[in-house]
Amino acid sequence: MLKHLTAADFDQTIRNGAVVVDFFADWCGPCRMLAPVLESLAEENTDIAIYKVNVDEEPDLARRYGIMSIPTMLFFRDGQLIDKAVGAIGKPSIQSKLDALR
Amino acid sequence: MYDIAVLGGGPAGLSAAITARARGKSVAVLSINPAYSGLWRAERVDNYPGLPGVSGRELIERMAGQAKDAGAELIRARVTGVMDTGDGFLLNAGTEIFEAKAVILATGVVMAAKYPGEEEYLGMGVSYCAICDGMLYRGRKAAVVGRSPDAPEEANALKEMGVDVFYTGLPAARPEGLKDSIPYIPAKKVEIKGGDAVTGVLLDGEFHEAGGVFILRQTVAPTAILPGLEMENGYVRTDRQMRTSARGVFAAGDCTGKPLQIAKAVGEGLIAALSAVEYLGGK
Repeated sequence: MLKHLTAADFDQTIRNGAVVVDFFADWCGPCRMLAPVLESLAEENTDIAIYKVNVDEEPDLARRYGIMSIPTMLFFRDGQLIDKAVGAIGKPSIQSKLDALR
Repeated sequence: MYDIAVLGGGPAGLSAAITARARGKSVAVLSINPAYSGLWRAERVDNYPGLPGVSGRELIERMAGQAKDAGAELIRARVTGVMDTGDGFLLNAGTEIFEAKAVILATGVVMAAKYPGEEEYLGMGVSYCAICDGMLYRGRKAAVVGRSPDAPEEANALKEMGVDVFYTGLPAARPEGLKDSIPYIPAKKVEIKGGDAVTGVLLDGEFHEAGGVFILRQTVAPTAILPGLEMENGYVRTDRQMRTSARGVFAAGDCTGKPLQIAKAVGEGLIAALSAVEYLGGK
């Protein structure tokens, strides 16, 4: 189970290293497709931290990053937004984005 | 988990399903109502060998019956996303998710060109799936661009989620089934406007504010279903074995290019199914 971030710990968490945040909601079909893939990517890429943000519980974080469609994945390096992926893109595509983030 | 998921219930998809079943694979054919297709409305089909003068509707019904008798599951679903999980595929249709080891795209052809702004704002206010993204627009204005007979249902669903939705369709009578509380704006020309994200739509030159634009066509573009899929002249690029650029994904019929004919679609469906079976065997 990937950790859920909130407005309280978001900035602190993304500040260092390679971090991926998946914005999702419980009612979103593509988000449910992505969930197990992210779990296995987290296990296979232990040097990259993968977190989730529930847009219903954290509307301010969703607004801050202009999330208009979910799932949306944000890729941060030392707090800087490097890349973004909208939709449930496949595991190989996400892996290549993780490789680029390293 | 199905061995093969076929997207599209036209001649290519049904042919693929029949062949895949003959090879003992489990098959789901995921398709919107076939009555919405152009072929269904064709009074006569004169160049399909063996059945001169058959109606499009009869041809589809016979092919669908044959696929069903062969053991394929025919499921009414509008698939808007296919995701490679590394060892198979997940397919999203509304709130449903299907699993398959291989995918055959037989989604037909998108006749209409994209609207100005559509590609630019995809994911930034433009969406092809009301049920997927609707909740993000609760309490806000959103447009439904209805280009499919099932679009009014999706507009109604948005309304029920609490989205302040209006509906635009080609000039004609107000579409049947659209909730009375949803404004209807007929327009021929649609253009999506925005800054960083969508701010509204120009309908025949008149601006209407909207934070979201849901574009509902009969066929979802292959690249919207499977991001990164390679295209060529607007069609899915395949080789002679009907393999696409995505591993485990095959394509057949009108979505792969001209001629847009039934006999060609049926032949490609067969090849795509055999290639998928071979792919599954090698896994």
